[in-house]
Amino acid sequence: MSGVKITNVGKAFPKEDGTATQALAGVNLEIRDEEFVCLVGPSGCGKTTLLRIIAGLETATTGDVTVDGRPVTGPDPKRGMVFQEYSLFPWRRVIDNVAFGLEMKGVGKEERRKTADRYLEMVGLSQFRDAYPYELSGGMRQRVAIARALANDPDVLLMDEPFGALDAQTRNRMQRELLSLWEQTKKTIVFVTHSVDEAVYLSDRIVVLSPRPGSVREVIEIPWSRPRDRTSAGFAEVRRKVLRMIDESENTQ
Amino acid sequence: MNRQTQKRLLGVAALVIAAVIWQIIAEYVVGRSFILPSVTDVASAFVNLLGSGTLLADLTASLEHFGIGLIAALLLGVPIGILMGWFRVADFLLDPIIEILRPIPPLAWIPFAIIWFGLTTQAAGFVIFAGAFFPILTATYSGFRDVPKVFVEAGKVLGCDTSLELIRHVALPAAIPAIASGIRIAMGVGWMCLVAAEMFGVSNYGLGYQLWHNYYLHQMPNVVVYMLILGFAGLIIDRIFRNYVERQLLRWRAGEVA
Repeated sequence: MSGVKITNVGKAFPKEDGTATQALAGVNLEIRDEEFVCLVGPSGCGKTTLLRIIAGLETATTGDVTVDGRPVTGPDPKRGMVFQEYSLFPWRRVIDNVAFGLEMKGVGKEERRKTADRYLEMVGLSQFRDAYPYELSGGMRQRVAIARALANDPDVLLMDEPFGALDAQTRNRMQRELLSLWEQTKKTIVFVTHSVDEAVYLSDRIVVLSPRPGSVREVIEIPWSRPRDRTSAGFAEVRRKVLRMIDESENTQ
Repeated sequence: MNRQTQKRLLGVAALVIAAVIWQIIAEYVVGRSFILPSVTDVASAFVNLLGSGTLLADLTASLEHFGIGLIAALLLGVPIGILMGWFRVADFLLDPIIEILRPIPPLAWIPFAIIWFGLTTQAAGFVIFAGAFFPILTATYSGFRDVPKVFVEAGKVLGCDTSLELIRHVALPAAIPAIASGIRIAMGVGWMCLVAAEMFGVSNYGLGYQLWHNYYLHQMPNVVVYMLILGFAGLIIDRIFRNYVERQLLRWRAGEVA
């Protein structure tokens, strides 16, 4: 129902001297409803750009993206986004950050706070509802950001290296929590990461992009059940395979 | 003795010593109250002025001039700053005009203040406006330019559809600290313009007016009294504003290096 269909998407960024940088070219990808997909690839391959096109924050130069059959024309609360940088509004308390989307929809104060409380509980931060963002650790801020995106009840959750700035331990815990949220909410998740380990741990499918201009180089299915054992031989095997693909393409650049 | 009391005691001691030195120089070195009124001259002048009962009216008149100028500067400076900070076209259009007007010293507007407004309260307010407008405008402008892009994008994906919504719910709150410090600078500049704004005689009251009036009467101890009141009033206004702003902002800005 909430599948994402990317057809022949290309993106060129104009440069000062009048030429253009081709970031993406001929990207075709279909993401199924309730699927968890990670986008990986060498630096500068345009994976974040692709995510931003799905979000509607960038416009594709060619091709198109549809979500649930409807073309993406601009940002929409139906496509939630979690950014790599801390994006909570520092002037709002945690609860009012989570309720922001509902406030924009015109939901009354009482009702939107009730909904926000529910999502805060889901990410385990109920006791911080009245805190300001500066009082939270990095991991907690990203959990609030996830709750804020989910409170809009989006069809798709887009995540741009959301755990990139966190330490390894926090990151592992966040990955486990994200999987449990995903199982509870049944959202389609598109997740950009630099970490192949993270991708193998989380995804149903890993989409490996080729170097600039990025296009889909390979899609790797990971059929294992969760939680996955990072130390297993199979895990290491897939990780090695993906890493080799990225390395190869980086060396031939 | 802790640091804080030590600081206070030393501060008071320095003031006392300065007063004593002032008194000695005024009385025994200069010896003429017209050139340098002594501390006791000033103190008795202050008591006399308190008795005459015009001080409150003077303070009120000055605050009125100041208030008119500052409020006008806010009403125009903030919206224009928002327009220029948010819409590129407004920036390109207005920037050359602003850049030409901005370096004009506020007091250079006095002739036109009189021609446009006559010898009225508004004329004095206009001069203060000329001083307070640009700091508020530029602070609002740069506050809006510096809104982190990720806040704006988060606002968009969370459902802010129009510029108005983004300005109201994202950019304005993000820019409030910058605007507040612009207002503080504007209040300082506006207060400095006050004496000149009142010296061309828009009314028979006002701290600046009285300062000039007493100078013409050669009542130099009174002049010093009005100087000191101007200084203290400016200080108090600044403190009140700063405390208010800090109480409002510190709630979410604590932990940030401001």
